Amino acid sequence: METKTLDARGQSCPIPVVLTKKALDKKPNELNVIVDNAAAKENVTRFAKAMKYNVEIKENSEEEIILNLKK
Amino acid sequence: MNKENRNIIITGAFIAIAAVTLVVLGNPTNMGFCIACFIRDITGSLKLHSVEKLQYARPEIFAIILGAFLVAKKNGEFKTTGGSSPIIRFILGFFIMVGALVFLGCPLRMMLRLGAGDGKALFALIGFIGGIYIGSKFLGEGFSLGRSYKIEKTGGYGFVLIIIFLTILSALGLIGNLEKATYAPFVASFAFAIIVGVLAQRTRFCMVGGYRDIFLFKDFKLFYGSLSLFIVTIIGTIITGRFNFSITLDNAIWYFLSMGLVGFAAALAGGCPLRQLILSGEGNTDSMITIIGMIFGAAMAHNFNMASSPTTVNTNGKIAVIVGFIVITTIALVITKSKKEELKKLGL
Repeated sequence: METKTLDARGQSCPIPVVLTKKALDKKPNELNVIVDNAAAKENVTRFAKAMKYNVEIKENSEEEIILNLKK
Repeated sequence: MNKENRNIIITGAFIAIAAVTLVVLGNPTNMGFCIACFIRDITGSLKLHSVEKLQYARPEIFAIILGAFLVAKKNGEFKTTGGSSPIIRFILGFFIMVGALVFLGCPLRMMLRLGAGDGKALFALIGFIGGIYIGSKFLGEGFSLGRSYKIEKTGGYGFVLIIIFLTILSALGLIGNLEKATYAPFVASFAFAIIVGVLAQRTRFCMVGGYRDIFLFKDFKLFYGSLSLFIVTIIGTIITGRFNFSITLDNAIWYFLSMGLVGFAAALAGGCPLRQLILSGEGNTDSMITIIGMIFGAAMAHNFNMASSPTTVNTNGKIAVIVGFIVITTIALVITKSKKEELKKLGL
């Protein structure tokens, strides 16, 4: 199954975390979340870790930070 | 203890120390560090309302914004963004201020008043948490003011230049009613507040976020900040001999409702007044609009007799709080409904 990608760019907190939570409620094995600001990066990462996901961060540019969440 | 929790506890404690110290140095009692009151006084210094003792260009506000700007710039987090429902933010800012002036304090000052033994603030706190709970419900259902975009950077830097200009006017004593207002020395206010700006930018300190994140995600990080602020305030007011416990039921329902409105509106706006200042310093023009809404709200609150005095809550203030609830609830319901449909399309 293809990994789902959630585009949360331009969203200010807590919206990126709310969206991540909704996506993780479906219990996927893997999820990509794209954010574009440091607060969203930190908050989504903290939430994903609390949900027992491993988080890998790839900062492509200031406009595109990809968070790879994996069980 | 992990680093994030440690830093947020330090930030809360530092704000409390700043508040207690600035009161000793001349800021009005228990007001030490109140974002809503300070913005109201700046509004007065610009002659947008005419209460003479509430006219002072509080350097704390300018310094918080500049502190956040400097550290955001240094860490590559300064970015001019905008376009996320500016007029809705203006309205939220307006009612955040009106609610705060009916109670007489922003969320920070509410905790400072509570920490100094003012029992009235307890009703306000319960209302505030209730308001955030309602706002969080809407957020959880999908409420969002929409995404922002990176925009022309002149906006972000222009705002900072305006703040620097106002800081200079304040430092030279060119605006404000310096005889009637009460305030700590400029240098002390500025120095404490710039550190608050730096710490709050780094930690994302937010009084509203503290409860919101518990309701939404069971995440306690931001809450530890308000807890530490509260505890250090109690210790600080006892040391400086200003702790004075009192409680009365007079107007309790209005303090409950007015701070409920603040909590509700600020949860939808994405943060407490302090957080709005920090975001504006990071180049977020939507937060700048929220602050301008607060300035407009402060002017209206005093020009139309909605703001309370320490002993009475005015009829206009009560009406404004009820109208505020109707307006904010309508906004929340309408936006949540349309966002829910968007989320459905995304399969969320």
